[in-house]
Amino acid sequence: MSSDLPSNPSRRGALRCLAFGGAGTLFVLAGGVLAPVDLALAASEKSALAVSDIPLFLQISDTHIGFKQEANPDVAGTLKQTIDYVNAMPIKPALTIHTGDITHLSKPEQFDQAAQLLSGLNITELHTVPGEHDVTDGGAEYFSRFGKASNNKGYYSFDHNGVHFIALVNVMHFKPNGLGGLGDDQLAWLQADLKGRSSSTPIVVFAHMPMWTIYQPWGWGTGDADQAMSYLKRFGSVTVLNGHIHQIVSKVEGNVTFHTARSTAYPQPTAGNGPGPLPLKVPSDQLTKMLGVTSVNIMHDPLSATISDATLA
Amino acid sequence: MLTTILRRALIAPLGAAMLMAASANFSVAQAQVTNAVVIKNFMFSPMSLTVKAGSTVTWKNLDDEPHTVVDDAGVFHSSALDRDDTYSFKFDKPGVYKIFCGIHPYMKATITVQ
Repeated sequence: MSSDLPSNPSRRGALRCLAFGGAGTLFVLAGGVLAPVDLALAASEKSALAVSDIPLFLQISDTHIGFKQEANPDVAGTLKQTIDYVNAMPIKPALTIHTGDITHLSKPEQFDQAAQLLSGLNITELHTVPGEHDVTDGGAEYFSRFGKASNNKGYYSFDHNGVHFIALVNVMHFKPNGLGGLGDDQLAWLQADLKGRSSSTPIVVFAHMPMWTIYQPWGWGTGDADQAMSYLKRFGSVTVLNGHIHQIVSKVEGNVTFHTARSTAYPQPTAGNGPGPLPLKVPSDQLTKMLGVTSVNIMHDPLSATISDATLA
Repeated sequence: MLTTILRRALIAPLGAAMLMAASANFSVAQAQVTNAVVIKNFMFSPMSLTVKAGSTVTWKNLDDEPHTVVDDAGVFHSSALDRDDTYSFKFDKPGVYKIFCGIHPYMKATITVQ
């Protein structure tokens, strides 16, 4: 079976596999090359691949509590399924990040229900960033609940196991063309936050909207992300995680891996497929195959990040 | 005897309610003909609308995705409209109002008030 594994995986090969990156694929980032490996193979040859089976942290995204249209009339149910999946993992990840769109319409009762559901996660730390669906009221509800960690700025950083985590907000200052925006204050804060930090520090950046432009006509990108990425360029391992587009799209650029997570609520069409990023209706037996959760592990020596996406079915 | 009185008492308000409902329907229908904007497939339709000062414009979202109705100059801002939700604003001052969706800012429209 190991013969299936390319000994010298080419970037083109990696990208080709990314296009089919579905359930049960583990992305191993080594030396700037992202190589997809079958999960069963990874499990049987962990040592050879130096893949740890301890996820450092989990990413949940786009729970959209309050959504009740045909694409998924029971988003609370699929979030519960996600939580059950996480709680059944043999080794508990240390923390969870939620990359936004916790709620569908920023309503207090939707935040309450989301908090009640997420409290079922058997994990001590939950870190969040808002999605544009969480701040349709200007941010009052989101910040009253999650603003404390950041003095009501929304963006903040923290360290865990030698990894520097940076939470960015790109849904409060939209560009006129519909792309997300960070804004000058946040960019200045980011530059200051990184100043003096060793380039060997593994960095994890998380935000709601993609930090690279996947599809401008649908606003799938962040207008001033390049500025932020220029501050991050010197670091040896940068993992940039987001949600927003309800499907997996990845990109590797030098030492930077960009990765979008699935939603736990409903899928969206691929870029440009339809009049807009409307909730995608799929046959009910297909839905849970398109929803899921992402686990990430960062290793220090050698510096590398592994990203693994699991679906609910 | 008692039942008859009760029945009459019920019928009268019911009739009045039906009349009220009918007239309410009529005025909504009329508003839709003149000052209604629908939001469908990530577009305001019509994308430009001209009304007289004092008119009320009503937006209705027909997408499964929520949208908001935001005036560029900050005069008004709807909450997130779920599918079939509506939002109305009465335009008293003449001028050109640039409208966009706060969730999908590339969705744009104008309301001209004469």
